[in-house]
Amino acid sequence: MIPSGTTSQVRMPASEPLSAFNVWRVREDFPILKTQVYGKPLVYLDNAATSQKPQGVLDALNRFYAQECANVHRGLHWLSELATQDYEDARVKVQRFLGAAEAREIIFVRGATEAINLVAHSYGRKYVQAGDEILITAMEHHSNIVPWQILCQEQGARLRVAPINDAGELILEEFQKLLNSRTRLVAVGHVSNALGTVNPVRQIIQMAHNHNIPVLVDGAQAVPHLKVNVQELDCDFYAFSGHKFYGPTGVGVLYGKVRWLEEMPPYQGGGDMISAVTFEKTTYNSLPYKFEAGTPHIAGGIGLGAAVDYVSEVGLNQIAAYEHELLAYAARQVSRIPGLRIIGTAREKAGVISFVLEGLHPHDIGTILDREGIAVRAGHHCAMPVMERFGVPATTRASFACYNTQEEVDALVAGIQKVQEVLA
Amino acid sequence: MPELRELYQELILDHGKRPRNFGKLEGANCQANGYNPLCGDKITVYVNVDDNIIQDLRFEGVGCAISTASASLMTEKCKGKSLQEAETLFHLFHELLTGEVGEESAAELGKLSVFSGVKEFPVRVKCATLPWHTFRSALQGIGEVVIKE
Repeated sequence: MIPSGTTSQVRMPASEPLSAFNVWRVREDFPILKTQVYGKPLVYLDNAATSQKPQGVLDALNRFYAQECANVHRGLHWLSELATQDYEDARVKVQRFLGAAEAREIIFVRGATEAINLVAHSYGRKYVQAGDEILITAMEHHSNIVPWQILCQEQGARLRVAPINDAGELILEEFQKLLNSRTRLVAVGHVSNALGTVNPVRQIIQMAHNHNIPVLVDGAQAVPHLKVNVQELDCDFYAFSGHKFYGPTGVGVLYGKVRWLEEMPPYQGGGDMISAVTFEKTTYNSLPYKFEAGTPHIAGGIGLGAAVDYVSEVGLNQIAAYEHELLAYAARQVSRIPGLRIIGTAREKAGVISFVLEGLHPHDIGTILDREGIAVRAGHHCAMPVMERFGVPATTRASFACYNTQEEVDALVAGIQKVQEVLA
Repeated sequence: MPELRELYQELILDHGKRPRNFGKLEGANCQANGYNPLCGDKITVYVNVDDNIIQDLRFEGVGCAISTASASLMTEKCKGKSLQEAETLFHLFHELLTGEVGEESAAELGKLSVFSGVKEFPVRVKCATLPWHTFRSALQGIGEVVIKE
C-alpha cells in the first residue's frame, strides 16, 4: 500500500545537461577523493569493484536515518508514510532511468547477484526442465555462471557457453548456433567486468527472441557507463547493483517484464510479499512486492534514487563521452609500456583496462601501485573462465568512473614504471 | 619505498624469477596442491621422505614473486631436514610473518629471514605461507589445501 498525499520529490532526468562536462567540478562532489594514501593523493581506479559515492547519496542516506527512519508499506503513522513515499519515489526514478514501462517492473534486491539468483530460482524452477538448456557466454562474471549451474544441476538441465574470440568479443555466429528449441533462457553480461567488452545486447536479444527465448542482461558494469533503455533493448530481465553506480552497497535492481514477473512464483517468503496468510493458504502480494519479502534496504533504495538523480544531473551521455575519451587515452598510454599486454581489445569497450606485464605477477604489481596511492584490482576478477581463456592466472585491472582524470592515468603509467623498477 | 625495498629484497626477486628446485619430482612419495582462490596462486609441492628425513623436495606452479620465492627458499632450507625440524621451521616462519620472532629463532631461519618485510603487508602474508601450508599438507597426507582470505 502506497500512501498518497505527500509531495513527490521525483526529479526527472535532464535530457541535456546544462553545462559541459567538467571533471574537476565532478570530483568536488566526491569527498573521498581528497584522501591521501601513504602520503600520496588517492588514485582510485577500482571502480568496477565499487564506485565512490557523491555527497548527494551520502546526504540521502543520512537524511533517511536522521529524519525519516521508519518501516515502509506498513505504518499508518507520518514517518512511515514519509519513508514509503521516498522509497517508492526511488523506484520511480529507477524506472524512468531504465526506460521501463511501469514502476512495478522494478524489484529492489541486494545487488546484481541477487537479481540473477532471483531469476534462476523463480523463473528457472518454473520453466526449466530436464534436458533444457541455459545459454551464457564465456566472458561472464561468476554471478552470471554459478546461479545457472546450480539451477541446471537441480533440474537436470544443461549450461551452454558461447565462445569469445582473442579480442574478448562474443562470436555471434557460434552464439546463434547454440540457440535451439531446448534453450529456455539466455543470460549475458552487457559489459564484461574483466575485459571491458560491450556486448551487442540489442542484437543478441533479437537473435534469442527469434527463437522465442527470453534474455536476462547482467548490467552491473554497463549502467554506470552507458545509457540503457530496457524497452528499446527489449530485454526480458535486466540486473544491476547500486554500489557500482555511485549508490550504496547492499541494494540493486532487477527489472523484469510484467508478463514474466506475473507468472513467476515468489523468490523468498515473508512479510510484505503477501496479501493474506492463513495456515492453509497464502495469497501473494502484487508486483513488485511479491518479490520483496521482508523489510527492504530502505535507506539503500533511497540512496540509489539519489545516485540516479546525480548521474542524471551530470548527464549519462556526457559521462559516456568523457569516459570513452579517457579510456582511449589510458589504452594508448599503457600500451607504450614495454612488456605490457592488454587483455581484452574489443572494438566496443567501456570502463576497464585489464593487463599483464611480462614476468611480473598482478599481486606484486598491485602491492607496489598501492604504495603509490593507486587502487587497482589484481586477481581473476570473479571471472576465472575468462582468465583461463586468455591463458593467464590473473590480470591487473584499472577501471574508470566519471571522476577519473588523464592525470590519474599518467600516475598509473608512472606507477607501472615504478613497479618495473622495483621488481627489475 | 623503504617498505617496498624491505619486501622485495634482492634474494626474493632472484628466487622469484629463478626459482630453485622447480619442476615435478619423479617418484615423490608425498605431494599436495595448494591454491589461493583470491589471487589464483597455485602450487604443487612434491616430497620424498625416507627414514624420517626429507630426502628431496620440489615444487611447481604459478604465483607472485613472494609465493614463488617463498617456495624456492623453502625447498632449499628443508631438504635434508627431519620431519620434526621441518615442522619447527613451519612454525618459526609463521612467527616471522606475524612479527613475533626472537633473535635465536631468526638465526635458525637463516635466509628465510628475508621474508620479515612481509609483515608490513598483511594481505601478502598468505602469499608467503601458501607453499609452507602445502608442504605441511603433503607431509600429513592431505592432498589439497585451500588458503582462504
